[in-house]
Amino acid sequence: MSPPPGQIPQFPAVLATAFRAAPLAPLSLSLTMFSRGIARRHPALFRRLGEYSHTRFVLDPTDLPFVIVLDPNGGAPRVTLMRGQGDGAARIAGPLAALLGLVHGAFDGDALFFSRDLVVEGDTSAALALRNAIDDSELDLSEEITRYCGPMKGPLQKFFTRIEHYSGVSLTRAEEGLAW
Amino acid sequence: MVMEIVCPAGTPASLRAAVTAGAHTIYCGFADETNARNFPGLNFDRSEMHEGIAFAHARGAKVLVAINTFPRAGDEALWHRAVADAESCGADAVILADLGLLDHAARHHPGLRRHLSVQAAASNADALNFYADTFGVKRVVLPRVLSVPEIAAINAETDVETEVFVYGGLCVMAEGRCSLSSYATGRSPNMNGVCSPASHVEYHDEGGVLDARLGGYTIHRVGKDQPAPYPTLCKGCFSAGDKTGHLFEDPVSLNAEQLIPQLQKAGVTALKIEGRQRSRSYVAQVVRNFRAAVDALDAGLPMPEGMLARLSEGQAMTTGAYKKTWR
Amino acid sequence: MELTVGPNQFFWSADRWSAFYDDLAKAPVDRLVLGELICSKRLPFFQDRIPDAIETLVEAGKQVALTSLALVTLKRERKATGALADMGIPVEVNDLTALAHLPDGAPFWVGPMVNVYNEGTIAWLARRGATRICLPPELPLDSVARLARAGADAGVAIEVWGHGRLPLAISGRCYHARMHGRTKDNCQFACEDDPDGLDVKTLDGQPFMAMNGVQTLSDSHACTAHQIDALAEAGVSALRLSPQSKGFDAICGLYRQRLDGKLDADAMVDKIVAIDAGLRLSDGFLTGARGADWSGNPAPR
Repeated sequence: MSPPPGQIPQFPAVLATAFRAAPLAPLSLSLTMFSRGIARRHPALFRRLGEYSHTRFVLDPTDLPFVIVLDPNGGAPRVTLMRGQGDGAARIAGPLAALLGLVHGAFDGDALFFSRDLVVEGDTSAALALRNAIDDSELDLSEEITRYCGPMKGPLQKFFTRIEHYSGVSLTRAEEGLAW
Repeated sequence: MVMEIVCPAGTPASLRAAVTAGAHTIYCGFADETNARNFPGLNFDRSEMHEGIAFAHARGAKVLVAINTFPRAGDEALWHRAVADAESCGADAVILADLGLLDHAARHHPGLRRHLSVQAAASNADALNFYADTFGVKRVVLPRVLSVPEIAAINAETDVETEVFVYGGLCVMAEGRCSLSSYATGRSPNMNGVCSPASHVEYHDEGGVLDARLGGYTIHRVGKDQPAPYPTLCKGCFSAGDKTGHLFEDPVSLNAEQLIPQLQKAGVTALKIEGRQRSRSYVAQVVRNFRAAVDALDAGLPMPEGMLARLSEGQAMTTGAYKKTWR
Repeated sequence: MELTVGPNQFFWSADRWSAFYDDLAKAPVDRLVLGELICSKRLPFFQDRIPDAIETLVEAGKQVALTSLALVTLKRERKATGALADMGIPVEVNDLTALAHLPDGAPFWVGPMVNVYNEGTIAWLARRGATRICLPPELPLDSVARLARAGADAGVAIEVWGHGRLPLAISGRCYHARMHGRTKDNCQFACEDDPDGLDVKTLDGQPFMAMNGVQTLSDSHACTAHQIDALAEAGVSALRLSPQSKGFDAICGLYRQRLDGKLDADAMVDKIVAIDAGLRLSDGFLTGARGADWSGNPAPR
């Protein structure tokens, strides 16, 4: 559940370096398509954003050499990966594992914020709306990724679960029943 | 009787998490100004409320709908509609604070159970009995300004059920009697259902020193590795005379877990957890912890050790006004 | 429009208290609310002066009421609240506990610490016996206008916070005692050193609030110099002036002149600021984006 102080896993620096030169445009495109799928299956997520459904968010995994700019675009989201600061009304920064843990309901956003594992800048209200909307949607990114993988679905899910186990990074939705 | 755990839900997912984790009762509100946690991305539309209540009822849990802001002049219909819709959604009770709205609910929805919100700040037995006699209020949520002996004295003089906060954010001011937020931002708990609203918060990180401002007023300044409290006005760092510090309250949150046996002896019916703005992860953890505590108490077992420190604001805890030295 | 002097929010010595109300017997105000609003521990220091003050003021033609405490918790506070009903003058209810002690239908006034935000609440209070209501200071002008109409319909006079530091919050905890490292029960009356409350500033040195025992007030003094025409138009029947230690009878006079059309808003503000050069003003709750705002010129911050 909420991580003990200083124990949020960092993305391995060697792998992060690999992203420095990687072309981001193809990745942006596939993330956009991926997020459109999520939008179709979780329309309440974008409804819940309310007045912020056209607000650009910068998600900054601080252990990776790029930022993710998310434009909810009223339910037809666009995702752009870029180097540098990115441009948006609100920025949410923290280790990738913290951001993923937030999405999966493994961590509590306020607790991460109080411990400064997560930093919010700009329009705090918009950031809160995004946090609350995502929390309600009970997303499972692994499930979202593997749903189109046909026969590979089972093995892939096992693979994610195993990585989750060894890395301590939340890659699937946390089941509240197992929390304690 | 096992003490009733009353748990917050800001979203349908939180409601389900709370019920699954063992909450006896959930409280929540509609997604508008009628409830005192009118935060972006939170709360229930009518169909979500209907489904949420059905989900809870199917698992033996109750749902209370908080309609606990003070209706705006000229727009009372919005609040009246919320009461009517809570009833038609199947709510077990509504939590109200406004005199006019209590009167309306008592006259037009006599079959709908009425609880008095903490926002009404009824802080002694005369006030509780007044609300019970006048509006048929069955339960009062006590303001967070009372000590355990004072709560016991109140319960000795009233038949109204009492509910007290045991965990989460802590108002240091009498609730429903505070305009600090509207003075600094124009948005208030009483009128808008928000306190120190995120829309007026700015953080400035300069060289590791983090300033938290609300409406342009600097509320906190913390160094690199210190916890980062949200700039809630009454928990800010200010100076007066020759003193600088947290003049009103430290950035702490309430945890009265270890006082549960005393609260039961004081005649308290229900224990309330604050935090409709918190995540489903938080809700599930806190509920599980408190449910274990009241079950242990009921079985005559010792209270389990607390496990909730890291979820708290600024990561420091207080038992608040329950211990008299707080004052 | 009439002028009402609200209860003194601060802790003054008995002599200062008596002298203050002796002076006000000659001031151009219509009514006064006496008694202790904030802390029951202060009352024994001046309560034997109250009957004389009432007598003096009534003889001078003023209406007088006694306030309840703003937050009643202790047994002796409940008793004192109950005793108000037997004093033979109207009670100003500032905590609904007082209502529990008033016979149904007996006339009473409602003070600004009671949450009156809408027509339904006014109608209910009127049925219960309210004859005057001073609205909570945080209400915007639009709400004030609607409530003034509702008050007229229900036969209740509607009053608005006209001048003085704004009562923003009340607590079970005494901040003066806490600041001096004392508990509330052993406060040694630290609040007596600050006859207008103690200034509270931000870490940037920006004036923000004032502490007064268990109460928190605004740093700025509310001032309705620029709002008087709009309030009169809205049907507000009285302005409430809240006691301050310096030049209060002069302030009463300035508001009277302004209401009588003998003084314009800017000249009035100049004179108010001249009484106490350190004074910052606000009228934001009525027409601004937030309570601390000031519609006058220059914006004092």
